[in-house]
Amino acid sequence: MSPSTESSVESLVNREYQYGFVTEIEADSLPRGLSEETIRLISAKKHEPAWLLEWRLKAYRRWQEMQEPHHWANISYPPIDYQDISYYSAPKTKKPLGSLEEVDPTLLRTYEKLGIPLSEQKLLAGVAVDAIFDSVSVATTFKETLAKSGVIFCAISEAVREHPELVQKYLGSVVPYNDNFFAALNSAVFSDGSFVYVPKGVRCPMELSTYFRINAADTGQFERTLIVADEGATVSYLEGCTAPKRDTNQLHAAVVELVALKGATIKYSTVQNWYAGDSEGKGGIYNFVTKRGKCAGDDSKISWTQVETGSAITWKYPSVILQGDRSVGEFYSVAVVNGRQQADTGTKMIHIGRDTRSTIVSKGISAGHGNNSYRGQVKVLGKATGARNYTQCDSMLIGNRCGAHTFPYIDVQNPTAAVEHEASTSKIGEDQIFYLKQRGLNTENAISMIVNGFCKEVFKELPMEFAVEAQKLLGVSLEGSVG
Amino acid sequence: MLEIINLHANAGDKPILNGISLTVKAGEVHAIMGPNGSGKSTLAQVLAGHPAYQVTDGQVLYQGHDLLDMEPEERAQAGVFLAFQYPVEIPGVSNAYFLRAALNEIRKARGEEEIDPLDFMDLVEEKLKLVEWGPEIMSRAVNAGFSGGEKKRNEILQMAVLEPKLAILDETDSGLDIDALRIVASGVNRLRRPDNATIVVTHYQRLLNYIIPDRVHVLAGGRIVRSGGKELALELEAKGYEWLTEEAVSA
Repeated sequence: MSPSTESSVESLVNREYQYGFVTEIEADSLPRGLSEETIRLISAKKHEPAWLLEWRLKAYRRWQEMQEPHHWANISYPPIDYQDISYYSAPKTKKPLGSLEEVDPTLLRTYEKLGIPLSEQKLLAGVAVDAIFDSVSVATTFKETLAKSGVIFCAISEAVREHPELVQKYLGSVVPYNDNFFAALNSAVFSDGSFVYVPKGVRCPMELSTYFRINAADTGQFERTLIVADEGATVSYLEGCTAPKRDTNQLHAAVVELVALKGATIKYSTVQNWYAGDSEGKGGIYNFVTKRGKCAGDDSKISWTQVETGSAITWKYPSVILQGDRSVGEFYSVAVVNGRQQADTGTKMIHIGRDTRSTIVSKGISAGHGNNSYRGQVKVLGKATGARNYTQCDSMLIGNRCGAHTFPYIDVQNPTAAVEHEASTSKIGEDQIFYLKQRGLNTENAISMIVNGFCKEVFKELPMEFAVEAQKLLGVSLEGSVG
Repeated sequence: MLEIINLHANAGDKPILNGISLTVKAGEVHAIMGPNGSGKSTLAQVLAGHPAYQVTDGQVLYQGHDLLDMEPEERAQAGVFLAFQYPVEIPGVSNAYFLRAALNEIRKARGEEEIDPLDFMDLVEEKLKLVEWGPEIMSRAVNAGFSGGEKKRNEILQMAVLEPKLAILDETDSGLDIDALRIVASGVNRLRRPDNATIVVTHYQRLLNYIIPDRVHVLAGGRIVRSGGKELALELEAKGYEWLTEEAVSA
């Protein structure tokens, strides 16, 4: 690559992180350290029922016996001292929040600055937002509008109080408390997150969205999201995330569970832009997340779309258990690494029911010294007659110092299944860039156009509002190349 | 319009162009002919600013400006268009999006407003007729999965929309069947204007049956070994290149 191309690539991928500011706000934080006492404190702060505290403690005891998984993922990081993290931090409020008007103006300004105005007049029409700040939900918009159609959208801590029967029935039903090291940790200490329930036959009238913000230093964020779509219901949910620039690494270990009953559809989209650390790899978020959906009923569908551009390390595999007959699972992913970022991400599609179908489209972009791995499992169990999977896994390299890897695992136990896997690796070409420059585009716009074209199949799965966000993240116009 | 003076260029350490001088005036069509390896395509690429070639000596003036001092995109914005011998595929980017972005860059450089998407579609509809295409081509990804002939037609479509001052056609005829050749050539002819100029790089005379040149230059060993009128092309067709290259070597 010519020097000018190289430098434009650098500037494109090294744009200043816009969300790195810190909000000065008094916080109610627990001291660092983790013990049964910590868990009891968190539970007490949230006035939780006994069953939930018991569940947390069970998870904690199990977690203590588990090993942090180091050996199989294609990532490396120094050991995490779990006693050096604060497990709870909440902005101090004078009284319980009754309405949006009572939210601390400092917090409203923070979200304003992030481009997420929380006043309903200013919000994008058709998107309801739950704003999570460190360990707590600070505001949920359009609750009343949603309630009219029977949709419940609130902080999970609120759901525990207001709808305990639903939470108790589904919490841990897709990701059990002992599922893996980070899921067990989350089950023990999770502080907040979003809860969604869409009743039978209801098509949720607006997009639901959660905006996660880590603010406090030395705090981990352990949110837990639970979305249940009852029979024949449809919902589309989006999440976005940012964090301040800090020199130390911060742990984000979330769990997301989706349950789609008979004939239900859940679409879950993520634009992840946690702070990635500086160009030398100092600081940044460890994004160690367990996301899983269960197509519990026949003819149900779960679709994951993710655009992963931030975090020092991303380690997540949004998966679908295809239990119902004719259920459908989808995974569309764009993962970008740059600087010293590492990503080991992909999906699992577990075919259990008959005539189940899954589609995986993964686009990995590696620049700088970034290291990007796709890891995906397609499992077809013995009873999944007629199961189909199509996997397409493409990697693009920008520059000479980055890496791209693909680890597909295919396990088929039914002879009628059809599983396809296609993979490609390409280097962004001098000839492609020159061609676009010869038509009048500068190098930066040329690279943007090529990268966007490469990601098109994934971007077109994003809801419009998020396509705009994704476009900003890649520093390009998506107009025309989407849809 | 274009003045090339004693142009020398290398690919890596290897000299390819060894002192080319050539003047092209507005309204003219010049044909550059020559055997394989004579430097014809390199000349086209150097004029467009391809980074694989280094100019080691000489000068190129375009509308009075030092062309070699300009970035490739600045040359394009100033009206230099290269129809590529091997047009590049850009998967996932629609022809319409790409071409509108290109047109807007050129308009911006000329101090004009960006074109409205609807006006753009009207403009394109008009230009598509030149290459005998329907509008569906605009929603396909740039050159992705195009046949060789379709790629060349797409180059002419781009040229028609971008309306260059100086168009350089690099072996646009290679790999075309006779129908595609006719479409491409008539597209080029209809874009000829008194205020623009065209350089046609070709190995074969047959394209020049359709696009009648004002001047024909024969390249061998990175130099122009003969220049003449359109009849020179016919002479080459009859006698081949050997007599000229031999002359050049003995001279």
